[in-house]
Amino acid sequence: MTVATILEMVLGAVVLGLGAWTIAARETFAATVGYVAYGLLVPLIWVRLDAVDVALTEAAIGGGLGGVLLLGAAARLRASEPAAAAETPGKIVRLGAAGASVMVAAALSAAVLLLPDPAPTLAPAAIANASATGLANPVTNVLMAFRAMDTMLEKVVLLLAIVGVWSLASDQAWGGRPGPRHQADPHGVFAFLARLLPPVGIVVGIYMFWTGADHPGGAFQGGSMLAAMWLLVIMAGLTDTPPASGRWLRLVLIAGPGVFLAVGLGGVCFGLAFLAYPPTNAKPLILGIEVAMVLTIAVTLGLLVAGAPERSPQR
Amino acid sequence: MSFALDILTIAAVSAGAFFFLAGTVGLLRFPDTLTRLHALTKADNLGLGLVVLGLLPQAGSVRHGLKLVGIWLLVLLAGATVSQLIARAARQGGPAR
Repeated sequence: MTVATILEMVLGAVVLGLGAWTIAARETFAATVGYVAYGLLVPLIWVRLDAVDVALTEAAIGGGLGGVLLLGAAARLRASEPAAAAETPGKIVRLGAAGASVMVAAALSAAVLLLPDPAPTLAPAAIANASATGLANPVTNVLMAFRAMDTMLEKVVLLLAIVGVWSLASDQAWGGRPGPRHQADPHGVFAFLARLLPPVGIVVGIYMFWTGADHPGGAFQGGSMLAAMWLLVIMAGLTDTPPASGRWLRLVLIAGPGVFLAVGLGGVCFGLAFLAYPPTNAKPLILGIEVAMVLTIAVTLGLLVAGAPERSPQR
Repeated sequence: MSFALDILTIAAVSAGAFFFLAGTVGLLRFPDTLTRLHALTKADNLGLGLVVLGLLPQAGSVRHGLKLVGIWLLVLLAGATVSQLIARAARQGGPAR
């Protein structure tokens, strides 16, 4: 048994244990902290599986932004938590929930264990056709060219998610600024971090997006980095969230799926197929879509964390 | 030369791992929030610093080495800020447990 195998076994055991602890934890806050730790360890497993692109996304979304979203939810639920905890569901409901969970877990494990060996894969085909787009990262090739339809619809889902969050606003706050106005000591340590880190973080975010053409990285990872920097500046009170009715904001929100759709329809107009790129211009077109996407992803993720509009646009 | 560098790597990474172990023991054993934070930041600053120092000879190129040092500096910045914020919250939240 090599050192690497032992490391993988320990890692797997710790992740499973953390998952079980997150489910068993009684307090919402404790469960959230457990989930964040879980979300930061799962990327290590993806790295061990040589899936660095997935690891970056999981660390940014599962551990980072997902954790912030859940922490915000836990803070909102704190007032009603004792009442909710007092309403213990009956034995039959709990047994039913446990039974349903076991069945889902069993079906998932069966699906994984019953895969033929070697598992069916399109990876060789994706690598063999990499020259068609001029991008060296096979993951970006799949996301942006071979399965571009899925990525485009994913951006539409992001847009629907922000519409869903905004629709929770009260009538007075409709179109207003999301979340509370954050206050922090302008000479304090948090404001200092919010001034010092964003220049570094913005460069790293753009680098992660740019290097995605040839190395692990891409629009989602870079976009979530930019969103984190934006949220840091908002939470330190150095700037405010934009009003949801702002024209520029809405244009940025639809830029990603919009440019994607326009390029896709362009493929139809020029006699190719929907979302087919002309081979000579594939790379510039993909890059153009990704620039629009990285902006949309950054703004959407930031606004998802900021929450529903709470203050009228005038204030 | 490469043998000496390997020895340096092993020594520095082991020392770093020791600081992480000591920091974890401190996190579990120290009596209140402020002392626990003190133990935790030792692990972050010194432990990760020593691990990065040990990995530098194995980095292969100056660019990779600079990236490692950059990661350490970012963790220093984040760790220092977050421990200040947690300490402030703990002090405002009444008597430290």
